[in-house]
Formats: sequence, structure tokens, C-alpha cells
Amino acid sequence: MTSLPATRLNDSAVRIVSLYPDLLGTYGDGGNALVLSRRLEWRGIAIEHITVDAGEPVPDSADLYLVGGGEDGPQVQATRELEQSQGLHRAVDNGAVVLAICAGMQILGHRFPDANGTSRPGLGLLDCETIRVDRPRAVGELLTTSAQLTTPEGIIELGQLTGFENHAGRTIPGSRSQRLSAVEVGEGNGDGTEGVITGKIVGTYLHGPALARNPLLADALLGWIVGTSAMTPLDDTDVDSLRTERIQAARDHELAPRRSWRDILRRS
Amino acid sequence: MTAAPNPASATGRAKSLRPRARLAVAAGRFVAWTSRVVQFGTGSVIGGRVSLLIDRNLLSELTASRDVVIVSATNGKTTTTKLLSSALGTSRPIVSNWLGANMTPGIVAALATANATDTAVLEVDERWVDSVLRATNANTVVLLNLSRDQLDRTQEVRKLAEQWRIALKTTPPRTVVANADDPLVTWAALAAPNVVWVGTGQEWTADAAGCPACSGRIDFTDAGWACTACDLRRPSVDVALINGAIAINGRTMSGDLALPGRVNRVNAAFALAAASAMGTDLDQAFDGLDDVREIAGRYRVAQFGDTRIRLLLAKNPAGWHEALELLEGPSTPLVIAINARIADGHDPSWLWDVAYERIGQRFVVAIGERRHDLAVRFRYGNINHIVADDLESAVEVVRQSPSYDPTLPIDVASNYTAFQDHLEHVGGVL
Repeated sequence: MTSLPATRLNDSAVRIVSLYPDLLGTYGDGGNALVLSRRLEWRGIAIEHITVDAGEPVPDSADLYLVGGGEDGPQVQATRELEQSQGLHRAVDNGAVVLAICAGMQILGHRFPDANGTSRPGLGLLDCETIRVDRPRAVGELLTTSAQLTTPEGIIELGQLTGFENHAGRTIPGSRSQRLSAVEVGEGNGDGTEGVITGKIVGTYLHGPALARNPLLADALLGWIVGTSAMTPLDDTDVDSLRTERIQAARDHELAPRRSWRDILRRS
Repeated sequence: MTAAPNPASATGRAKSLRPRARLAVAAGRFVAWTSRVVQFGTGSVIGGRVSLLIDRNLLSELTASRDVVIVSATNGKTTTTKLLSSALGTSRPIVSNWLGANMTPGIVAALATANATDTAVLEVDERWVDSVLRATNANTVVLLNLSRDQLDRTQEVRKLAEQWRIALKTTPPRTVVANADDPLVTWAALAAPNVVWVGTGQEWTADAAGCPACSGRIDFTDAGWACTACDLRRPSVDVALINGAIAINGRTMSGDLALPGRVNRVNAAFALAAASAMGTDLDQAFDGLDDVREIAGRYRVAQFGDTRIRLLLAKNPAGWHEALELLEGPSTPLVIAINARIADGHDPSWLWDVAYERIGQRFVVAIGERRHDLAVRFRYGNINHIVADDLESAVEVVRQSPSYDPTLPIDVASNYTAFQDHLEHVGGVL
């Protein structure tokens, strides 16, 4: 798995691991595994999807790891088990791709706040830190400006990212990481940017089934594994209708995150 | 499991109320009446609000001389409240808020019109259990389940479990009837002095993997569940559902029920356990359960133009898990409707937690304000689907489909506000 994707053998299935869906998977995170699997299947690429529940050994030889969102307590438990296992750490060293959603992004960073607001050490795989801020949870539609992903094969356009966010905490990307995008509507990282990329680990506050509304992001992650040339066009008619509708809804502030006057003052 | 004596028999409507409370009741009823006259709605919630503005202790006053039972859950509270009302109604007069207005104003409105000593069977929103319990000193509390529902609104289910736990500790009811198969409910109910544990099997465990007591991990096995880190585990049960029959007090109640599906057997087991704990004869109570045919329009088969439709409600993943039991058999086309208004929760991400693949080869028409979210979910589920603008056009599409069977009603499964819209369309709650 240390070799670059382009040399991948045709007969080997892409191995996708859903990590601890029993602890991290509050909001339809399973959708991402389904989206990735289907987009490979529809292109005739074999896929092996592995679900690893808490307490089970984490394989270190898979191609793509999905780490979902979760509540405060399970988030701490998941961090403890992943730290003990070191399987994800080895996989990342081997060049695996990781998509970390919301709480998943927080625990992959250097530090994150637990249920009591105490800062705890994270896994340190994603170069960012999440801190507690005294403000209401960010809940609502999240829309970014056009996003890009830099890969060995060049820059890949992801289009605008659209989704729903539901999180507390502010995430500060470190110097070794890139931002995924800039926020047009919503909260994101909390500083006008959204998401963190370190190497092939992508963290985002687009929660739950983030890839359902963002097929270009899904294909970019898969392109890291099987090469972008294998990402032939698919019929995304249903997705395009949904994207158009949701992007408009976000711009109409159908569901702007709740903010108090204090927040607006603090931010400016 | 001791029999609950009926409270002292006072008679007459609200006779014992203080003048202020009487004024509050009168004002609320006037506002509710006005609201109905101008066709604004049933008026129960706004009437209740006005009453509470005049006398904020009104709920305490209205329940001072009644036996009160509270029913709460994420799923099944309306059904269980209706079943329990029917079971208790065989032996005593009851009053209930079974139209679904399940916060304090709706409850006050329902009680204001009733005899002062009727037993109150109250459906209570999960977030209102604490305040309703404190106001009413309910003798019995029935807690069915807690799972993710409208997470952007109610936040995290564990926090709700903690609220319940504190409420039961602060205002202990005489009996709590609780779900032994739901770790969150169990943990909350363990704070109460006397619990009747009901074990009905819980197929939906996805929201309970983290231990509420220690944030360790819950292991589920066929035999039960236990935390791997602390001593929280499934309590031994007093009432069980075994192959569809309800085992209670050394007896097995296995007669037919008018409501379909496994989930309603579960609800019936809780209702029977509560009715028995409150002193109702088991056979009498069971007969009462069978009298319930529909719940505020759910399961109703209604005329829709030249066609018949069957209305089904499923609000969240756990609810859909049960609803799909009724949807996975037939081969005829069906309609699924999803909204995401405030009452539904603004975020339909949970659609990805529902195994819609169980629909199989059935052709599905997606409607509702979030029909495009549904369509994308179906697309990735390889489910044969199409998007339509509204119920009329969906029904038309179904009728044109080669697999349509005109002798059968068309299944229309919806989440909360979409269901309410459809129900209104076919004539509302009878």
C-alpha cells in the first residue's frame, strides 16, 4: 500500500473501512460508505466494505477510512480505542485516505474538548486543534465557495460543498494543513474557513452523509486510490437537483445557524 | 406492582379549583373556542397557553385530585397513550391528550375540559417529562425508548436520558414502567425506587452503543446487553414479549390486536404493564387494547379521489425500521413523503440510517419538501424511483405504473408534517 495509486492492480478491490459506526455515526454517516461503494461499483471497480465496531481490531491495510460524527461521550471512548489500536495511525503512514466527519475531524486533530469542555489529546493525525468556544452550537445549512483538492495528479475541482452542520467548538487548522474551502453560508471551522486537509486526511464539518450532496469530493477521494482517470462520469441527475435546491436554500438562509448578538460582536 | 387506589372521589368539573385557576380555565377555553370558530386550528395549544399565563400552577391544580400516568418516548408515545387509555378506560373514567399536543399547554387544555377526578393518561414530550412530572406528581411513568430524532432540535439523546434520570430522582413516582432493552431508558429508570421492567427486544440499538453511565461501550448480545466498562446491564424483566404474546404476572396474553405490526405489540406490552400496575384487571385491560384501530389517522385507509390510500407514519430511523416491516412485503408501487420543517427536524441526514433497500423491487414515488434528498438516497440504494410534486401527481404516477393493483390501497408512508398534510387532505382526525 505504499505505492502510488496509479500502479494499483486491477484485480484488487478498493477496501473501505467504516470505523466504529457504533460509537461514531450519529447522523447518517453510513451514507458515505454507500456513496463511495456505489460510485465504484457503477464504474466496474471492485469494492470491499469493512465495518469495524469498537473493541474490534482496526485493519491497517485498507485504502480508505471513514470516521463519522458522534456525541461527546462516545467521541472520547473512540479516541481511547483508536489510540490503543494504532491501526489507523499505521494505515495513514501507509498512505491511506481518511474522511473524518465533524467529531471525527475533532478527534483526529491534536486536541479536542470533551463533554465537560476539558481539552483532551486527540490522535494527532490531522494537523488542527479544536477548542471550546462560548457560543451556541452551529446548527444549519453549510455552504462553501468552490473547493479544490491538490493531488499528485494535479488540482481537482470539488465545486461548492453543501451540507448540514451541527457542532460546537472551533477548529483551528495548523501550519501543515490546508483548508478545504471558505464558508459562504454557515459556520464551518469558525474562522470563515471550512474543513482541514493534512496529506490524504480530509476533515469536514459537513456532517453525516456529506458525500451524498458532494459527488466530486467522493470522486476525488476515490481518485486518490484508483487514479482520477478512472473516475468516469456518472448519472448524477438526482444529486444535481438536490444540490441546486440546497444551495439556494442555504443562500436564502432557510436555516442559518442560530447566532446571538454577542456572537456577531465577538466575530467582528 | 401494587394496585393503585383511585384518588378520593370528588365530583363536578373543576369544583375544587381556586378562583384564579377557574378564571384561567375559562379564559383558555374561550380562546380555544375562538380559535376554532375562526378556523385557526383546534385551539388547544393556544388556549392552554392563555390559561397558563393567568395561572402558571394550573397543571398542578388540575391534577391535584387525579391519578396521573405519564407516557414518554421517542417513538410510540401517542400509540401507547391511546392503548393505555383504552385499557384503563374499561375500569375507570379517563382523560387524555391523545391528539398529540404533548407539552404543558396542550395537557392543560385537555385536562381543563374533564371531570376533576378522571385518571389523566398523559402523552408527554421527551423534553417535558421533568416539568410535567414535577407539576403533576404522577403516580406512574411509562418510558418506552430514546433514539435519535430531530437531533438539530433536541440535541443529544444522552442528555435527555440524564434529564429523565434527574426527574425520577427528584420527583419519584410510585411506579416506573421502563424498557429493559434500551440502555438509555434503563439508566434513567434506575434512579426510581420501584420499576416494572418490560423486555420486548429492541431491534434498533444504533443510538445506544455508548454507555450513558460511564461512556464505555455497550455490548449487545441475543441474551441482553451490558456495559464493558461499568456494571450497567439489562435488568431482569417483569413483563416480556415472547413470540408476539405478552407474558405478564405469570400469564400469557396472546389474543389479536387491531393495530398491525410488531411495534404495536411492543406498545401494547407497555400499556398492559402500566394498566396492571395501576390496578386494572388483565383480561379487561387486554380487551381494551383491541378496541384501538387507528392512532390519530395512522394506518387509516382513506378515499383519495378514485383511489384508496393507506396512511403510514414514520418519523425517524427507529420508526422507519418498524414501518418497513409493513412495506417490504408487497410488490405494488408506493409513495414516500419527507418534509424537514421544525416539527420534523431541519436535517434529514437520518434518511441514510434507514434501510430503504428493504423496499426491494417496489417502485417508489418520492414527494414532500425534501423529495430530492429521498431521490438521492434511493439512487444510491439502487431503488427504482421517481420524483413527483405532490400527493395528487404521485398517486397519478402510481396508477399509471404496470405494477399498480387497483384492488389494494396505495401505501403512503410519510414523516410527521407530511403525514399531517395528507391526513388533512383526506378529512383529518375523526
